[in-house]
Amino acid sequence: MKLPAALRLSPEWAPYVFLSPFVVLFGVFGLFPLMFSLYLAFQSWEPTSGLGAMAFVGLDNYAFALQDEWFWKSLGNTAWLALASGVPQHLVAIPLAYFIHTSFKRLRNGVVGAYFMPYITSTVAISILFSSLLSTDFGLINVGIKAMSELPGIGWLFPKHPVDWLNEPSNIKPAISMIVFWRYVGFNVVLYLAALQTIPKDIYEAATMDGAGRLQQFWYITLPSLKPMIFFGVTLSVIGGLQLFEEPFILTGGRGGSDQAGMTTAIYLYRMAFDFNDFGAASAMSWLLFILVALLTWLTNKAFAPRGPSA
Amino acid sequence: MKFQTDRLAPWAAYGVVAVGTLVMLLPFYFMFVFATHSRTEIFSLPPPMFFGDDFFNNLKILTERMPFWRNLGWSLYVAIASTVLTLMFCAMGGYAFALFEFRFKNALFGLVMGTMLLPSFMNMIPTFMIMDVLGWIDQPRALYIPGAASAFGIFLMRQFVGSSIPKDLIEAARMDGCSEFGIFWRIVLPLLKPALGTLGLITFIASWNNFIGPLVVMRSPEMYTLPLALRSLQSPVNTEWGALMTGSAIATLPLVVLFVLSSRQLISGLTAGAVK
Repeated sequence: MKLPAALRLSPEWAPYVFLSPFVVLFGVFGLFPLMFSLYLAFQSWEPTSGLGAMAFVGLDNYAFALQDEWFWKSLGNTAWLALASGVPQHLVAIPLAYFIHTSFKRLRNGVVGAYFMPYITSTVAISILFSSLLSTDFGLINVGIKAMSELPGIGWLFPKHPVDWLNEPSNIKPAISMIVFWRYVGFNVVLYLAALQTIPKDIYEAATMDGAGRLQQFWYITLPSLKPMIFFGVTLSVIGGLQLFEEPFILTGGRGGSDQAGMTTAIYLYRMAFDFNDFGAASAMSWLLFILVALLTWLTNKAFAPRGPSA
Repeated sequence: MKFQTDRLAPWAAYGVVAVGTLVMLLPFYFMFVFATHSRTEIFSLPPPMFFGDDFFNNLKILTERMPFWRNLGWSLYVAIASTVLTLMFCAMGGYAFALFEFRFKNALFGLVMGTMLLPSFMNMIPTFMIMDVLGWIDQPRALYIPGAASAFGIFLMRQFVGSSIPKDLIEAARMDGCSEFGIFWRIVLPLLKPALGTLGLITFIASWNNFIGPLVVMRSPEMYTLPLALRSLQSPVNTEWGALMTGSAIATLPLVVLFVLSSRQLISGLTAGAVK
């Protein structure tokens, strides 16, 4: 079964052969599309009229995007959703991971698994389920709210009338944020749990000897040690939040909801291309959003990154 | 005073974690409960809290409204093809990066890391155009070929090869006259089994759940994968909620089973890039 020497792969060439699938696939389906979209962003083109109908229009697509009211609105929506779903994820995940780390031994894997489960489930299935849970008159979430509002003492905290989550513009974003929060908080819990495991136990022991309580230990030992992971987790949330597409797309029936209240920039550029057939403007918008993502990632880096060689 | 708060804290922690666990799992419970109820039952007051007997009726509606079994089949086919190709290509790439020295190694690895940061929306439009030019619209291969040499997979494999396969072993095999492909096939791949398991699970799940990919390239309902097909059943009026829930539950069940069987492996794999 041995091949003649001339046909055998030499160790010098082997890595190139092994990497060729990556290089080819990346070139054809990664780099080329990227360059092409850069080119397209300076062209006026409708896919129905064939590739020959492309015309160079300079910065027109960018000018159009920057003067487009809906583009700005979508950016506002995206920022709103990224913040309202992203910030609480970390505010909840950090103490939660700390609780799980300190108080759970035997049940730990089960608990972590429960929190992680939404992350691996299909967005479509989740969004369909929540569309029914959030329905105004018969949805379980409103049924729950109604029950709460009838409780003595804390009842006044809850609205008396059923909430129209998915049709009333001012409610769409909170509803989407809740679902996104529910879906990704477990992922962050896992990240923070992994970071918590790397904090040496003797630091806590020394602190206990010195009379520091649980809260003090959390504030002065745990939080500072978690800083690099907070940086990493927040960066992931920023990048993910600005790309938000599937959840709002399905919850608003692919159109962005009434008054475009749930239309993120990713949804808008999809619609610009596939509903409105303007591929040039859509490409320009995707580059504008890309610049924003890069800029915000860099800023988060500046704000959170630990100084010194440990970074 | 301090004594008391220290005693209370663990109980408060248990309470908070338990309530949170319930919030995470209840929606899944209701997905499966609703899958066994008709539309009128789901939308009645109070909504059903326990399993009903309309599952097969829902399934019937589902198969009447869309080529459900076909869609399910495509989902499975694409997920399997994508997993097999990804395992092959990523193992090859990871092996090359971990155990070879060659020109452009750092540049190429930089490229791999760079593609991991590229947002998915950047590719949506150009991917559609390329698939159009290649004639791959409505072709399942448009879903499993482009991502088959995934940067994440190559990175994961490189980490694993680097930490578990000694260079000497490869050298020894080479001395004994084993060909480069032989080394990869007979030595590296078998040793990579645990990592291949993790990457396989992640790839299968990602492909099974993929929505944007088929949304952009699949145009005819007979070629839809399950998520896209379910989405198409949703309409402003007269949505068959019972059938839709049954479809969602069927799309979710394999994931729940896979997850219960392998949650530790999956979680550590999915966070591998972060936790080192």
